[in-house]
Amino acid sequence: MSARSLAGVVVKALCLAVFAFFLFGPLANLVLWSFAERWYAPFKLPVTYGTRYWEVVFRPTGDAMSSLATSVGIAALTVLFAILVSVPAGYALARLKLPWRTGIMILFLLPQAFPSVAIYINVARVFYGLGLTGTIAGVVLVHAAHGLVYSVWIAAAAFAAVDRDLEHAARNIGASPMRTFATVTLPLAAPGIMASAIFVFLESLDEFTGTFFVGVPQVTTLPLLLYSASMGGNYQIASITALILLVPSVVFMFAIERFLRADVLSKVGQ
Amino acid sequence: MRSSVVGVLLVLPGLLLVAALFLYPLSFSLLSAFTQGGDFTLAHFDKAFELYSGDIRFTLFIVLSSTALIALVSIAIAGALTLSETPWLVAILRWLYRWPLFIPFIVAAQCMRTFLAKNGLMNNSLVAMGVLEPLQTTSLLDWRGIVITFVWKQVPFVTLMLAGAMASLDRATIEAGRNLGASRLRVLVELVLPQVAQTLLVGLVLSFVTMLSVLSVPLMVAGSQPTMLTVDMGFRINSYGDYATANALGVISYVMTGVVAWIYLRHQIRREALP
Repeated sequence: MSARSLAGVVVKALCLAVFAFFLFGPLANLVLWSFAERWYAPFKLPVTYGTRYWEVVFRPTGDAMSSLATSVGIAALTVLFAILVSVPAGYALARLKLPWRTGIMILFLLPQAFPSVAIYINVARVFYGLGLTGTIAGVVLVHAAHGLVYSVWIAAAAFAAVDRDLEHAARNIGASPMRTFATVTLPLAAPGIMASAIFVFLESLDEFTGTFFVGVPQVTTLPLLLYSASMGGNYQIASITALILLVPSVVFMFAIERFLRADVLSKVGQ
Repeated sequence: MRSSVVGVLLVLPGLLLVAALFLYPLSFSLLSAFTQGGDFTLAHFDKAFELYSGDIRFTLFIVLSSTALIALVSIAIAGALTLSETPWLVAILRWLYRWPLFIPFIVAAQCMRTFLAKNGLMNNSLVAMGVLEPLQTTSLLDWRGIVITFVWKQVPFVTLMLAGAMASLDRATIEAGRNLGASRLRVLVELVLPQVAQTLLVGLVLSFVTMLSVLSVPLMVAGSQPTMLTVDMGFRINSYGDYATANALGVISYVMTGVVAWIYLRHQIRREALP
């Protein structure tokens, strides 16, 4: 290896190291705080390590466990609700004749194209009049509306990627439209719909702004617990809560390619 | 039943949800920003500008500079992934850059709240490596912290879109440029970027709107003054129940989004007008 190419390798490795430092540094700080029992200036690393705060968080009767249960419950209900709404809508958008189809697709996108805080403060005001603020139902509605563009668009793409010839074949040998849908179309579209369900689940789990305005003070999800712990200076609890939210996000990032195949992905938004 | 009727019936629940949870609150926000006791007025905007003109400029500055940095870093990473001739570099970079993609903003905010502090891991590492003297360390938990958090969180998203678009380009033009002796930087700027400009623009517009909507990052990463419009809106509501001024600020943030959407649409129309 010549001196020049060796220098090139060193420069590239250094660039990667700097990049990795800024990428993982913040995450490393999070992990350190979650295991730090005592950490104060001027010490560069925690003074004593331990799992005391993990025990506090995972105590069955603690705030964190009830927040986790609330968060997972809300996310599950949100997925159920979003699937019930988006599977019929996605099928209609992909397969049936619809007037103003493009307009309808854009209408589902519109909530994402507006700064959401300005919308949520008014949702909270409307919900207050209906007695929905501070209720699980209110939070589920807000999360479902937030996730709707993903679930509808991905469901529409998943149905559009199903080979029409297979449906025609089923109809030709005498299957009813409903039976064709249930035994041919839906199973073939299932991986895409599964991906949209996971996406909606994560969006709901991570959602902060809507819950902040609609859910308080009765509904405390994990992001709200993280926020109040962090603002109260309790970095250990905040960091452990953040790690609980982080793990599913990173796992999903590495797994998404298995669920969302390229043929579905290329049809999203069409 | 005609198939179009069935179609409309199937889409209806979704449309109702959007109407109830987006269109209705949106009209509420416009009404509350522009009226007082049923009459049209701009008084709420006067008040919003009087109290928050500094924060309006601050918000614009943060979002614009973050967008510019996101564009720069994404182009650099996607360009390296597409044009680098070092397989191990590409493999490691491809594995690295995507990590923050789905990490929630609130988690990113908590990470940065500790990482960028005066005694955070960043300063401590730089001091330990001898890059900084202990007395030179400062807390970055102000506008710089917000920008760093936004860039950290949004770069993977824009890079993913951009690298995808670059991968589907015709390799022949790139090879031709390289064979004619053009440097990789020149190939990137003159051959590759013009062909993926559309994708870059979509990614940046989506990031722009996302950053205008985030509440947790300015709340947790920076101090209370100056701050972003999202925090001001929450403050007007929670402290004073002042929907009129909060909604006037909301309309101002719609206008910022609207200008960006207009730039995007104009670009789109000009592209379609090309032969």
